[in-house]
Amino acid sequence: MSVDNAAPKKSFFTPFNLIATMILIAGVVVSVMRFTGGLGAVTNLDQNNPWGIWIGFDLLCGVALAAGGYTTSAACYIFGLKKFHAGVRPAILTAFLGYALVVFALGYDVGRPWRLPYPIFVQQGTTSLLFEVGLCVMLYLTVLFIEFSPAALEWLGMRKIRNIVVKMTLALTIFGVVLSTLHQSSLGALFTIAPSKLHPLWYSQYLPLFFFVSSICAGMSMVIFEGTLSHKPMHHLMDAEYLDNHDGLILGFGKATSIVLFGYFAIKVIGLAYDNNWHYLTTGYGAWFMVEMLGFVALPSFLYAIGVRDRNITLIKWAAGLTVLGIVVNRFNISMVAFNYHLPAALRYFPSWGEITISLFVVTIGVVVFRFITTRMPIFFEHPDYKDEH
Amino acid sequence: MLRRTFLGLLGAAGASAALPKSAKAGGHEFQPHPDTHGVLFDATRCIGCRRCEKACNEVNDLPAPDKPFDDLSVLEQERRTTEKAYTVVNKYAGKGGPVFRKTQCNHCLEPACASACFVRAFKKLPNGAVVYDASVCVGCRYCMVACPFGIPAYEYDEPITPRVMKCTMCAPRLAEGKLPGCVEICPKEALVYGPREELIKVARERIRRFPERYLDHVYGEKEMGGTSWLYISGEPFSNIGLREDLGTKSAPELTAGALAAVPMVVGLWPVVLGGIWAVTQRNAKIANQERVMAVKDALTKAGSEAEKKLADELSKAEVANKRRIEVEVKKAVEEALSAKDDDAENNEEES
Ligand code: SF4
Ligand code: SF4
Repeated sequence: MSVDNAAPKKSFFTPFNLIATMILIAGVVVSVMRFTGGLGAVTNLDQNNPWGIWIGFDLLCGVALAAGGYTTSAACYIFGLKKFHAGVRPAILTAFLGYALVVFALGYDVGRPWRLPYPIFVQQGTTSLLFEVGLCVMLYLTVLFIEFSPAALEWLGMRKIRNIVVKMTLALTIFGVVLSTLHQSSLGALFTIAPSKLHPLWYSQYLPLFFFVSSICAGMSMVIFEGTLSHKPMHHLMDAEYLDNHDGLILGFGKATSIVLFGYFAIKVIGLAYDNNWHYLTTGYGAWFMVEMLGFVALPSFLYAIGVRDRNITLIKWAAGLTVLGIVVNRFNISMVAFNYHLPAALRYFPSWGEITISLFVVTIGVVVFRFITTRMPIFFEHPDYKDEH
Repeated sequence: MLRRTFLGLLGAAGASAALPKSAKAGGHEFQPHPDTHGVLFDATRCIGCRRCEKACNEVNDLPAPDKPFDDLSVLEQERRTTEKAYTVVNKYAGKGGPVFRKTQCNHCLEPACASACFVRAFKKLPNGAVVYDASVCVGCRYCMVACPFGIPAYEYDEPITPRVMKCTMCAPRLAEGKLPGCVEICPKEALVYGPREELIKVARERIRRFPERYLDHVYGEKEMGGTSWLYISGEPFSNIGLREDLGTKSAPELTAGALAAVPMVVGLWPVVLGGIWAVTQRNAKIANQERVMAVKDALTKAGSEAEKKLADELSKAEVANKRRIEVEVKKAVEEALSAKDDDAENNEEES
């Protein structure tokens, strides 16, 4: 499908391209500063705040929002919900790009990025939850790459290898879910080592469970949300199967997310009760905690439920957007807002422009690559040579 | 094959049993080294002269400070350890005038930094010191997140070889049989180095002899699972910058639950998911079979119906045929009869 040649030549100077180019240039400038001047030259990190927005957004949110990969493929291949089939490829691609960008972004945050393989190949710190995160992310990135490869192989016309890979789908899906369960929850478990630094309303022994369950909501909402975003610009690439199933997929995931969000709300309340932290609710942090719980968990759960009942796709999409935002709020709260809550305001962290630029830079690269791939490879449509071959 | 290596690697992530003994910071039955050493700090003796800071700076070859060490005006602001200063003395307002307290790495018995580091860059030595090996450090700074005392500092301005910096309890000097720099120089003996068990006894003895001078608590004996540095004071510890809400659980204990869950997930999840898959697969198969049966049924039904229809048609056709014959016969008979009549008429005319 040489969509490129078929499409009429458009001017390069679209608003998207202009903004993207500006961000990319700014990103390169900050990158140079980062790798010549050290972290101190571009970040607001300091001795009290070793982790900032690069961990809070690029790593924690990035991984949670890329959870659409394992949720969608599990729904389709393990739970046998065939209507999700058309959604699998876009979700896997997003997840693969998401994780690749997480690793890319870590290259900025860690002091000696070329040593990132050390924990696995040189000296294993197996008592560290970060080791688990690293190992799982590395393995899962590989799994995602293999899971994504059929699209690329079809594009390249390599039928034999493609068929072998397709046969491994179930095994890969199960690996994927195991690995995702582990590292999604380990990201929460990272903070269990620091009860004295994280505000009690957010600290809990159940943090791993909270992170895992919320990643399911994040993944499914992201699939809905991103399907909506790519619908307009990519519409001409979507085949009938994708389009036919699109609403079914939204309704199905909408219903599931509504239930899982409700469950998440429940386990958060259980966590609160278990640690008997009710009295914190009347404080300033308590008010913010309530905003997170009511506005970004209870409300979207409710909106999803109504949307599914009334088959109101627009409402479901709004609920998805709210949930995605809610995940970002939650991960920001844990890694930045409620972290170091005991320090005086002057010692607290706020991201610098350089840090924000790099985060935008990473997201922009993701969008550009996503567009590049989806306009060329069979993502939103089935390759004509391989119809009905799955 | 893929599955096997995969599971093996994952198992390694969770099984602390596979660890060499020396790195057993993650086990929850950690026993401190029997002759672990430490330092006892007595806040009632410290006069805030900053000589320990100076000695530390010298023995560790740290860069010169912004203000000289005999400038006591820096005490007006609370400071923390940095990559250029492994120890700092702070001034606090006490009941009977200013109280000073020295800060540095507490050399935890089960260090949070060591259990958090994913390349094992930190090690707890038998003599009590927690030391760091920059040659493997990736610079993720999780150790800084983990340390409950906020001690490790990072070389943020170093682009290529940033290190995590903190007090080493002067491990190199200890190895030579010398005292830690700060302990050696302290003019008031506010610092005492020795076997940790002994230090606890000394601390208890001082508290027993001067109950009006000290609070009945040895800070560091239990906090965070115990530290090699111990503190006694006449001021509540939270008033001299030592948090009293840290609890007695060591860092590895805090994360043990999450780590223990790993092998379970690895073991159980594939079984559960495989089971779900088998069920959906079976459901799909049954549904499929049912569909096939339904089609067959429909076909046979359709078949017999068609036969019946054919028979009906045939019989109908027969009836129709019969009727046609009957009609024809009738017609023929009528014609024959009328022909006879005609003949008779003709005959009559002829006669
Ligand atoms: S005080 Fe901090 S840096 Fe020192 S051993 Fe304990 S955890 Fe590690
Ligand atoms: S910054 Fe270095 S020492 Fe600290 S946890 Fe990371 S790798 Fe280990």
